[in-house]
Amino acid sequence: MKIIVCVKQVPDTSGKVAVNPDGTLNRASMQTITNPDDKNAIEAALKLKDETGCRVTAVTMGPPPAEGMLRELIAMGCDDAVLISGREFGGSDTFATSQIIAAGINAIGLEQDDIVFCGRQAIDGDTAQVGPQIAEKLNIPQVSYVADIKKEGNEIVVKRMLEDGYMTVKVQTPCLLTCIKELNEPRYMSVGGIVDAYSKPMQVFDYPRLKDDPLIEADTIGLAGSPTNILTSFTPPQKGAGMMLEGADRAACEKLADILVGKHII
Amino acid sequence: MDFVLSKEHEMLRKMYREFAENEVKPLAQEIDEEERFPMETVKKMARLGMMGTYFPREYGGAGADPLAYVMCVEELAKVCGTTAVIVSAHTSLCAAPIFENGTEEQKMKYLPKLCSGEWIGAFGLTEPGAGTDAQGQQTTAVLEGDHYVLNGSKCFITNGNVADVFIIIAVTGTATDKRGRKVKEISAFIVERTFPGFSQGKHEKKMGIRGSSTCDLIFEDCIVPKENLLGKVGDGFKIAMKTLDGGRIGIAAQALGLGEGAVEEAIKYTRERVQFGKRISQFQNTQFQLADMHTRMQAAQYLVYAAAMKKEEHARNSKVSYSMDAAMAKLFAAEAASDVTRRAVQLFGGYGYTREYPVERMMRDAKITEIYEGTSEVQKMVIASNLGVK
Repeated sequence: MKIIVCVKQVPDTSGKVAVNPDGTLNRASMQTITNPDDKNAIEAALKLKDETGCRVTAVTMGPPPAEGMLRELIAMGCDDAVLISGREFGGSDTFATSQIIAAGINAIGLEQDDIVFCGRQAIDGDTAQVGPQIAEKLNIPQVSYVADIKKEGNEIVVKRMLEDGYMTVKVQTPCLLTCIKELNEPRYMSVGGIVDAYSKPMQVFDYPRLKDDPLIEADTIGLAGSPTNILTSFTPPQKGAGMMLEGADRAACEKLADILVGKHII
Repeated sequence: MDFVLSKEHEMLRKMYREFAENEVKPLAQEIDEEERFPMETVKKMARLGMMGTYFPREYGGAGADPLAYVMCVEELAKVCGTTAVIVSAHTSLCAAPIFENGTEEQKMKYLPKLCSGEWIGAFGLTEPGAGTDAQGQQTTAVLEGDHYVLNGSKCFITNGNVADVFIIIAVTGTATDKRGRKVKEISAFIVERTFPGFSQGKHEKKMGIRGSSTCDLIFEDCIVPKENLLGKVGDGFKIAMKTLDGGRIGIAAQALGLGEGAVEEAIKYTRERVQFGKRISQFQNTQFQLADMHTRMQAAQYLVYAAAMKKEEHARNSKVSYSMDAAMAKLFAAEAASDVTRRAVQLFGGYGYTREYPVERMMRDAKITEIYEGTSEVQKMVIASNLGVK
């Protein structure tokens, strides 16, 4: 059994968010982090590794500096990592990205009892599309919004969170699960893990390495293979600070009514 | 000379910083006010390898180097001086002398438990009448058959209330020095808390590092197996001094972190605090103060890191001494930390004097770095001696 975890390096939006004049994120001037939901996916995989001794491989698609993130994931406990990187892959939208990552997973080799983990969504795009699309491209079952995972023989029993409750889903491997932050608390890197991080194997899959996969065609990858076109992007106007009224009594209601009248809302 | 940290060291700093911010900082004020030892944090640090940073894997260590260790103490001290000294005393004063002087059996017995945090370590040299004058030891150890019998007491023992294993320095007899004078023969022992005749005395109420436990140790016919002698009979003073050379780098790192933490807090505060219609960071006095404070701590960092790297070099080549480097690092970092934390309180004004902000705690915590594991005056004696000024 092995677990492949798909991760993305994203701009750190907890600090200063830099925006280009055209409204797009100025990624070059921002610090990067591992996408938070993806860290939950890593933790879920490492917990299964602790229980079963399985192998965990972190996979990302990105520019060469993404290696630093992968090394950090190895320092958390992943056994190895794959960086999918090439100019041909640049400009990919979620469709093309999932196409390329699925080809990368094919190159690693997906076996009967393997699991692919993804985070629910990335904080830069917030689409939540890549994970499910990878599953479709690989033709394997998927469960999204996973908040609990149990391995029972060849089956995985997961809790799938919905807005007003949850579903318990039994799924056969190989499968893909997208993880939400309620699933766990990601562990820290360890000192020993960091000492070993740069001596563990890391493969780079470039275009020549993946080009023979049927999923990789000139019109399915990169900008040319991306059906999504961003017409415009903008920074939403900042909302003013809210006002909290304490209490649930008549006085509080009257105060609320006065404010609403004052603003000509009622 | 290369002033660039390796990728691994950069990654270690990131990990230590995240851990310190998330796990240590939220408890810092509470453990100071309640004088509570943060055992829960020790367990978390142990799981991440922070209680045995630079010891080899075969002894349960994380396999990093002394620089990785001082960075750990530094990042912890930025947010909590108490947590930093717990790691420093445990690592430098207990695990290190066992690693450096122990037999293979002693290393295999004690280091895995210390590195995993199952056991906490401490060191007992200081006595009521033997502080800076470490030769004035009164605690005795008498060989009786297959064990030594220890009698006496130690004071100001960091981690004393919680430690499971102690390195204890005691007088085993009389020897003759190079000049033919009679001197005390001093030896070192590994003493477990559970040994018969061991007890702990009063808990010290301190000005700073109040969450760390500091207490007396009492030996009343304490039975220590013969195989727990550390090094050879008569090696105790040498082991103690060498241990303190290493310990000083840890305390220097603690001082470094305290000063750096105070600078970070002061930068944050002065950018927000408005007086006379301006942020106080806009006043030149604030700018000059902070420039000076940061420069002092940067200089301290170079000295501390250099001492750690020299210790690593010493491990490869015993002819390389790091004693003076450790003394200079501790002297400079401790005095800089005391000065910088005091100035940080001044920049905060009245708020700095309250417990609402952490700088008053940092100022109280910093003072001890000028005193323990050799006062600043002792460091000057070591440096002068290394310069041949006698």
